[in-house]
Amino acid sequence: MVKMLGAMLEGSLVSLEIFLLTLVFALPLALPVALGRMSASRLVRVPVNLYILVMRGTPLILQILFVYFAPYYLFEASYDRFTAVIVAFTVNYAAYFAEIYRGGIQSIPKGQYEAAKVLGFTRADTFFRIVLPQVVKRILPASANEVITLVKDTALAQTIGVAELFRVAQNASARQFSTTPIFIAGVFYFVMNWAVSEAFLRAERKLAYYS
Amino acid sequence: MDVVTVEHLSKSFGDLRVISDISFSVHQGEVLAIIGPSGSGKSTLLRAVTHLETATRGTITICGTRILDGGVYADAATLRSALLKLGLVFQDFNLFPHFSVLRNITEAQVRVLRRGKAEARERALALLEKMGLAGKASAYPCELSGGQKQRVSIARALALDPQVLFFDEPTSALDPELTGEILKVMRTLAAEKMTMVVVTHEMGFARDVADRAMLMDGGVVVEEGPARELIDNPRNERTRAFLKRFSESGRT
Repeated sequence: MVKMLGAMLEGSLVSLEIFLLTLVFALPLALPVALGRMSASRLVRVPVNLYILVMRGTPLILQILFVYFAPYYLFEASYDRFTAVIVAFTVNYAAYFAEIYRGGIQSIPKGQYEAAKVLGFTRADTFFRIVLPQVVKRILPASANEVITLVKDTALAQTIGVAELFRVAQNASARQFSTTPIFIAGVFYFVMNWAVSEAFLRAERKLAYYS
Repeated sequence: MDVVTVEHLSKSFGDLRVISDISFSVHQGEVLAIIGPSGSGKSTLLRAVTHLETATRGTITICGTRILDGGVYADAATLRSALLKLGLVFQDFNLFPHFSVLRNITEAQVRVLRRGKAEARERALALLEKMGLAGKASAYPCELSGGQKQRVSIARALALDPQVLFFDEPTSALDPELTGEILKVMRTLAAEKMTMVVVTHEMGFARDVADRAMLMDGGVVVEEGPARELIDNPRNERTRAFLKRFSESGRT
């Protein structure tokens, strides 16, 4: 039992790693994607739109397989499974976050841009100092949804054999002819997401000083 | 000296011509009131002069710099530095909700005019004092009444030392009992010889405070003249009809 819990803790660390690395890459990447999606130029907007359509329109599990096996079939090049997982999760989640950002950006009243323009702010200052801080506050609830889903989606990394929490639990379950390890894994995911929810609640409270 | 000169300015949205062939100038230290019925193009004119809308034809000169010449705009740098001489107060304030009152007034001073933080702060506090909002520096816009918000937005515009201040119906979003405090501030500014262009429905204010008034209807200037004279003894039939409707609705 102790040995199993130890293995599951180790698996949780892998899940946590996937989770954090995905956020580190996807959260910033989503910003240019969102801006590209809103671009006035068709040359930018159409490909970005297509990318979002594919990422949201196909299963993540399929995208993981594609990212890992496509280079192998095309160039006979194989690479690290964990890297493949991070790449697949990042491009998938960036698409979802980008749409959340877009919703937030488009919800900022036109008057904010007009006031900034009349006061002489540059476009960069207008976006980063006036618009973006207000966007962050508005997109927190929707982002919490996505981040919580990400915690649970890390289980899909096992598709290409990455030993994250769920994989470890399944192995233990098979060895012991018992479903208990799977339920324990459930508790682990729940605890992680409870922490995520708490973090978002705090962030919302921190930004509640204005409306 | 003319602070703003507008010649033959037109603006169309597709086939719809919203303002047509408008010419006027604003002299240093003068208050010009622009009045007229809703949809007459007053706000569009103001927004075209302050470059929130692009004009289709005409010429705009700000403090000697031509920013629009025969429908063609000056280069971005010229445009930017000329527009900094204009201030604009919006109908619905457009304060930055995530900034404190103080930062609403200091941010552009620091980022745009490159003033030191201490200097910007000092200027902001002095303006707040003048606006009767001395205790509100650390408040957030959502904690203020409409009248207080509008006074903050006036302070925010004044902090950049504009040569002329435009007002786009500054009291229209306010409860009637709050319009007085804004008009009082504007009277003070007029007495200090601040150059102002005010789009307004407050006929009493236009009559008493403005030096000149301009009545617009259907996108054109119908009549222009000394404010008191234009409002008390309008010569044009459309001006008369407009002012009559106004006095009947009890808003003089």
